[in-house]
Amino acid sequence: MKIAENTFGSKYHVDEKGFYGRFGGAYIPEMLYPNVEELQRNYLAILREPGFQEEFDQLLRDYVGRPSPLYFAKRLSEKYNAKIYLKREDLNHTGAHKVNNTIGQILLAKRLGKTRIIAETGAGQHGVATATVCALMGLECVVYMGSIDIKRQAPNVARMKMLGATVVPATSGSQTLKDACNEAIRDWINNPVNTHYILGTAAGPHPYPDMVTRFQSVISEEIRKQLLEKTGRENPDYVVACIGGGSNAAGAYYHFLNEPAVKLVAVEAGGKGVHSGHSAATTQLGKLGIIHASKTLLMQTEDGQITEPYSISAGLDYPGIGPLHAHLYETGRATFLNATDDEALQAAYELTRLEGIIPALESSHALAKLGQLALKPDDVVVVCLSGRGDKDMETYIRNLPGNTGGNV
Amino acid sequence: MSNRIDQLFAGKRKGVLNIYCTAGFPELNDTLPVMKALQQNGVDIIELGMPFSDPLADGPVIQDSSTRAISNGMSLKVLFEQLKDFREKIHVPVLLMGYLNPVLLYGIENFCKKCAEVGVDGAILPDLPMDEYESEYRPVFEKYGLHLVFLVTPETSEERIRKIDSVSKGFIYAVSSSSTTGTDKNMGNQQAYFERLEALQLKNPVLIGFGIKDKATFDAATVHSNGGVIGTAFIRALEHATNLDSAIQQFVAGVK
Repeated sequence: MKIAENTFGSKYHVDEKGFYGRFGGAYIPEMLYPNVEELQRNYLAILREPGFQEEFDQLLRDYVGRPSPLYFAKRLSEKYNAKIYLKREDLNHTGAHKVNNTIGQILLAKRLGKTRIIAETGAGQHGVATATVCALMGLECVVYMGSIDIKRQAPNVARMKMLGATVVPATSGSQTLKDACNEAIRDWINNPVNTHYILGTAAGPHPYPDMVTRFQSVISEEIRKQLLEKTGRENPDYVVACIGGGSNAAGAYYHFLNEPAVKLVAVEAGGKGVHSGHSAATTQLGKLGIIHASKTLLMQTEDGQITEPYSISAGLDYPGIGPLHAHLYETGRATFLNATDDEALQAAYELTRLEGIIPALESSHALAKLGQLALKPDDVVVVCLSGRGDKDMETYIRNLPGNTGGNV
Repeated sequence: MSNRIDQLFAGKRKGVLNIYCTAGFPELNDTLPVMKALQQNGVDIIELGMPFSDPLADGPVIQDSSTRAISNGMSLKVLFEQLKDFREKIHVPVLLMGYLNPVLLYGIENFCKKCAEVGVDGAILPDLPMDEYESEYRPVFEKYGLHLVFLVTPETSEERIRKIDSVSKGFIYAVSSSSTTGTDKNMGNQQAYFERLEALQLKNPVLIGFGIKDKATFDAATVHSNGGVIGTAFIRALEHATNLDSAIQQFVAGVK
């Protein structure tokens, strides 16, 4: 794959200073400067090393199981009267797209001589993917996770522990993804020399948004090839993905960013409704601000305090959005929709019954908006099915129509 | 030389004591009483924390004080209201310390202007990149005579320290160890770093912070510097104080 192509100068790619339009940058305290500067200085050169690309490709193929299938969802297509393909990131080892990035970053960390890995996690998918590659490489692993998320994602906590990771609860603030991220950054400040921070989404200080996007861009690279084989054309009419921080969307969009005919659709977590006070729809509720060292759209009070977001899906429960996506929103390159908790649940039940695939709650948000796209029969739509639903079974069962709360 | 920070260092080169307190803590209207008590007990500089929901460079003690101050109703607007006439009573230099997001939303120029109006002498914004300060904001800070203080750490290269020294105004805030505030890394191990800083003969005075909590650590930090900053230990002293004045008197007496 060509993860390291030079894209500077393109309107939708990061510039030399780490910005996408007016979003991005590295708003870090001096304590983080050496770590972040070391990454900024080295990441592109390391990604371009032939040895690195070879090892990355080999692990994605033999360990992760790539390429992930591009599946024509026949019954779903009939329902929405279009040609709908699912990019099956749920079939990756560890069950989500997150592992594409953790494989890339652990190889990078090894080349930088780091011996200890830290990560944040929301739904636990990135935590599991990080713990997995740490076990694979024999590196120490500490995962920060909000205490609320630890409760609602118990199976993933157990997996991380079995893989040898230490799971540290983040007890500050809203006790979810944002706070897990704060704690990981604090750990990095306290361990500046031996530790690499494997950030799981396309957010954070430059170079993380670009680096994570490049590792995830294998998704759109494969979509192009697979679509050509299946339909005779490289470009779909739509690419649809859910967005929390935005790593699966960034990966699914990457090779289509400069193809204006491809409509990019981003689905945020509407929670209980965008204006209900319980939402994570950042582009609808956010203003320009700084979160986790990145200038982006941010949910905040009129005094500049970061708002505690809400979503039924732990992976989308984030008050910011990656700077690439803020830029895609502002320039109109991507269309931003949002799905409520209920819409996401219904979409999950629908996919399960139509196709026999139980999707992650995050991915269900993307599926939930198919009915709103005004699709035509010939439209080719690719939905990034970013993860599988095993971790969400408790929520799915609890909310099943007709379930009155008894034992299942 | 109208800035109070410069005036202070012109007269005092050793043992300068800077104490940090979160504005609006422990109670919303404690900001001024705490500042008055600090001045009365001979503290040289007051660093007033502008509370933020997500203070990345701070440990749990200062974060908790920020959370409490925010729920007390503290904001930049309220803070400037509280500081409106504070110069009638308080003469020591005062800096505002906080994170960039609330200041950006308030407006950088608006912030600098308000500081000048009420008589704040400097600011510490740890997540404002030096490059961006130079290219976008420096003229605004200088127009209003507001000194912006930058940080250095044990991992900062000499080249970068020199650069920071050329941009920083008032003093340089030297973080004693690579850590967030309030960790207990051993100050004794840092003497080589303090000596290295002293040998650079920077144009700015150097205050050392992070890890100072009593007389022993203050003395250790100030052998090779102009003074020190205490934050977490002071917040801890206020957390459970029944009488602020006596708690502050006792705390400062324990350091000096």
